[in-house]
This record gives sequence, structure tokens and C-alpha cells, in this order.
Amino acid sequence: MTTERPLTGSMKLNGEPLDIREYEKAGGYQAFRKALGSMTPAEIQSVVKDSGLRGRGGAGFPTGQKWSFMPAVDTVPGPRYLIANADEMEPGTFKDRVLIEGNPHQLIEGIIISAYALQVDRAYIFLRCDYRRGAMRLLRALEEAYAANYAGKNILGSGFTLDIRLHVSAGRYICGEETALLNALEGRRPVPRAKPPHPQTCGLWGRPTVINNTETFCNIPHIVDKGAAWFKGLGLTEGGTKIYTASGRVKRPGAWELPLGTPLRDLLNEHAGGMADGYSFRAVIPGGASTDFLLEEHLDVNMDFTAPQKFGSRLGTGGLIVLDDRTCPVGLVSNLIHFFSRESCGWCTPCREGLPWVAKTLQAIEDGEGRPEDIGILEGHTRLLGPGNTFCFLAPGAMEPLQSALTYFRDDFERHIREKRCPWR
Amino acid sequence: MLTEEEKTEIMSAIRHHESGRAACVDVLKIVQRHRGWVSDEIHDIAGLLDMTTEEVDGLATFYSFIFRKPVGKHMILICDSVCCWTMGYEVMREHLTARLGIRPGETTGDGQFTLLPVSCLGLCDAAPAMIIGDEVFGNLTTEKIDAILERYAD
Ligand SMILES: Cc1cc2nc3c(=O)[nH]c(=O)nc-3n(C[C@H](O)[C@H](O)[C@H](O)COP(=O)(O)O)c2cc1C
Ligand code: SF4
Ligand code: FES
Repeated sequence: MTTERPLTGSMKLNGEPLDIREYEKAGGYQAFRKALGSMTPAEIQSVVKDSGLRGRGGAGFPTGQKWSFMPAVDTVPGPRYLIANADEMEPGTFKDRVLIEGNPHQLIEGIIISAYALQVDRAYIFLRCDYRRGAMRLLRALEEAYAANYAGKNILGSGFTLDIRLHVSAGRYICGEETALLNALEGRRPVPRAKPPHPQTCGLWGRPTVINNTETFCNIPHIVDKGAAWFKGLGLTEGGTKIYTASGRVKRPGAWELPLGTPLRDLLNEHAGGMADGYSFRAVIPGGASTDFLLEEHLDVNMDFTAPQKFGSRLGTGGLIVLDDRTCPVGLVSNLIHFFSRESCGWCTPCREGLPWVAKTLQAIEDGEGRPEDIGILEGHTRLLGPGNTFCFLAPGAMEPLQSALTYFRDDFERHIREKRCPWR
Repeated sequence: MLTEEEKTEIMSAIRHHESGRAACVDVLKIVQRHRGWVSDEIHDIAGLLDMTTEEVDGLATFYSFIFRKPVGKHMILICDSVCCWTMGYEVMREHLTARLGIRPGETTGDGQFTLLPVSCLGLCDAAPAMIIGDEVFGNLTTEKIDAILERYAD
């Protein structure tokens, strides 16, 4: 098994970011020189496609395929846009923070190479506003990249020009949804847009636009540098590494870059160090707040883009949220739904009206005021707010942990209602 | 009335963007930096951005961290999402409300602190967590909160 960690291997142990000199010493900007110096945009697109890289933003869309939907520059000339999604507001998710704070130049190099491959003239980094340290480090790294003429006009005499800008948002989860993000950048109310048309053909200001996750872009320099076969070999079951994170009552909450497909059990026991003293494992939400719970009996699953689906869950963002035996599952799900309800953008009725209703019902059960029929009402809502009934995936995502909780923790819900109290309080 | 200084900064932000509208969030932040919140100057802002007052207000009220009401000198943003909740958010919130004598969403009488429970801050590995200004505080305990408040008190 490989132990290579291309995304995080050169990061400093003291948590300080690599500056441009240190990054280049560690092999940084080599792929950029190779790409602009000796590869055509089509060649880069094809190595990314061959690598099988899938988007790390949560949905796992194949990156090469996404790129191929952007019309060629000779049919649709500029302005053309590229956007790095660093909004990262999914509870239990902080992998992009780790990547940006530890090595901002890696993201920038990924953006430059991708922009060249797609013949884009302007790129945005869309960053959530609470990542202040990340913002300062990105600004500094951008200055260094401009000063070295790795960005800006006529990059290293190649004739390729790219402007990269940092947009710092003002806090709303929905801005991470890619079409809401476009509205946010245009200064419109950030609600999602109808698709089609897809952003690749009609995105920012109606121009061709590609949006990828931060971790997705960070992989690009390494793929261009070392090739598609190397990238495929990094993973256990699918190509590449993944930044997995864990939080909750584990011994060592944190972030680890591991081969894609690392078993959930290894993540929990080996990397997160097992449960904290005095706590036992009950369940885990494996990929950020909008994924279904998994139980002890599922822990041997390989955490990749396909295997968790066997058990009704998903890789999502790879952010594990651990539920222990001393935390109330009803209270935890109630907390999750409260988040989604607060962050609903209000654009479509099932989500705007349904989520507060679900939140109220869950809170009532948790407070000992639930009625026996409430469980059926909640189940009905998991279908009403499920895929196909709402404008974007926020509401269906919210229903994932709820529907699995109603299956796995049925007894706990019933006990709250029967005993008219929360047994954990 | 916007001050000359605010106007200069706003015009420079607009020049940096594709349009006035695209600069809107940055412009709201400029005004907030000067005043602590976005007051009814929103009408003047709209004029400079070539937007309607309603459009600017629509954006200002949509975003969680643009404040349309006066807030304290220090904003205490405490995460109330799932990992922090699991790791003791409620105890920390109770401690803060007792120490400050305010409820969540309120500002202390001396105008020093506003306490705001907010969505996941991306600090889940250091839960429970909060942010004050540019400073990030993780693995909170009631003792840590006491020490932090001491530092901000003067
Ligand atoms: C409500 C909602 C919030 C989202 N937030 C993010 C986010 O913060 N970061 C992100 O990369 N993708 C987020 N996504 C997914 C994006 O819409 C998009 O699929 C992703 O950025 C594409 O990048 P990828 O193909 O590299 O994965 C969100 C989706 C939804 C429905
Ligand atoms: S599902 Fe919710 S967040 Fe998505 S568009 Fe509808 S109201 Fe907005
Ligand atoms: S849940 Fe509190 S920082 Fe993520």
C-alpha cells in the first residue's frame, strides 16, 4: 500500500504555510512550467480525464468530463471563467481549510494549470469569510505568484494571461452551491439558478465557467507532473488520495491524507485513535452533515465514491462526524436540521416551509412533547423534501441523516415520545 | 451620509470589480468596518453601486455577517453546529450568557460584546469553538472562556 501524500506531504509541522520559495523547493510550480512550456491545453485535459479524478466537493462528478462540456475557445472566446469553491460550510467539514492554510500555492498552481487547460482568462477563489487566516495566506501567496509572473499578463512569455482574484463571502451555506455561488459573485441574491443551462456553457455573467472544489484543484499539479497512471495507483479502490477528517468524541480529531478507499474502520480506530475514554461508538455520519448514518456493522466499507452506497450512504466531503453512546441521537439530528433550516435560502417552498416544520417536530420530540404520529410525519417529510422536489440539493441533503436516523434509532425516537422526555438529559 | 473616506474606499472597490453590483458585498463590508454595522446609509450605497435600495438591503439581510443593527465592539461568534454541540456547546453558551448577562443575539449594556450563535465555523476538530474578531478559539472550556473574556475586558 502506498504511503504517498502528494497534497499534504510537504506541509510544515508547525502549521505555517509554505512560501513560494519553499513551495518551489518541494517541487512546486514544476507542473505549471511543464504545462505552459510543453503541453497543449488539450493534452492537459486528456491527462486529467485519464486520471479518473472525481470532484472532491461532495458529489464526485468526474473532473475531466466536467471540463469537456466547456466550449472550445475558438468557438466561444473570452471572457471565460474558472472558480475555486472554498466556501466550505458543511458541518463536520474542514479539509479545504487545511489545504489552504498549509499550502496556498498548491491551490494557486492548480488554478493556473486548469485555467490554461480551459483557456480561461479570469479565475476566482470563493472563500468563506470565517477563514481569515486562509484569506491572509492566499492574498500573500497571490502576491508572490503575481510577482513571479506565474499569474497576470503574458505568463512567463507564454502568451497566456490570467487574472486571479480572491472573493471573500459574508456567510451563507447556500453560496457553496455552484449556481448560487455565481449569483453571489455577480452581486445578486445568492439563490441557486435553474439548470440547464449548465455553468460550463452559461455561467458567470452568462459566460463559459468551470467550478471545482479546492481539493479537486490541489490534485491537478500532481496529476500533470506525475501522470494519470501514477494518480490511479495512489488509491486503494479508486484513484488518488483523499483528505479525510474526523470530529466528535474520538481520541484524536483531525485531518489525514490517505489513499482513496481507506476503510472507515481504519479511519476511526487507527487515525482518529478510537473513541475517547469513557465513550463507546454508536454511529458515524461519514461525509459531512448531508450524508446517511453508518453503524458498527458497516465499518469495513471502503470510503470511496461507490462502496458506501451499498449501505445507503456516501463519501460526501469525507468529513466523519462520530456519534457516541452518551449523546442523544434525536438531539443530534435535531441540531443538524436546525442548521439546514437556518441556512435554507428560501427560494422553493418545500425547503423553506418543510425544514422549519421538521426542525420544530424534532425539537418537540427532544423536549418530551412529541406525539406518536410525529414519526410518520417526519418520514413523510424525508420523501417530500427528497430528490426531485426542490430547486437544489440542500433539502434532500438534509433528509439523508434524518431518514437513516429514523431507521437506525427508531427505538430512541419512540422512547422520547413514550417517556415524554429525553433519556439523555 | 457616507464619509469622504468611505466614499473613496467604495469607489476604489467598484473600480476593482466588473460592476458596481459585483462589488456590493465588499462595499457593505467597507461600511461595516467603519461603523460596526450597516446603517441606513444603504440608500447612498445603492446610488454609488447603481442598484436599488431594496436590492442592496436584500443582499445585506441575506448574508449572516452583514449586520443591519448595531452590534457590540467585539462579536463573539460561537458555533452551535453538530460537532460543537456534541462536544459541549450548550454548556459554553450558558456560561457566556451568565458571565455577560445577555441572551444569545444580544449586546451587553456597555456595548462591549455581542453574543451570536453561528453555523459550523470549520473548526470541528477543535470543538467547541468560537471566533472573536480575527482570533480563533478552540477546545473551549468554561475556564478558557473566563480567561478570554478577561483579555477582552479592558
Ligand atoms: C447547499 C450546497 C452547498 C455546497 N457547498 C459546497 C462547498 O462549500 N464547497 C464545494 O466545493 N462544493 C459545495 N457544494 C457542491 C457544489 O455545488 C459543486 O458541486 C462543487 O463545487 C463542484 O466541485 P467538484 O466537481 O470539484 O466536486 C455544495 C452544494 C450544495 C447543494
Ligand atoms: S432547496 Fe432550499 S436551499 Fe435549495 S433552492 Fe430550495 S429553498 Fe433554496
Ligand atoms: S461544528 Fe462547530 S466548528 Fe464545525
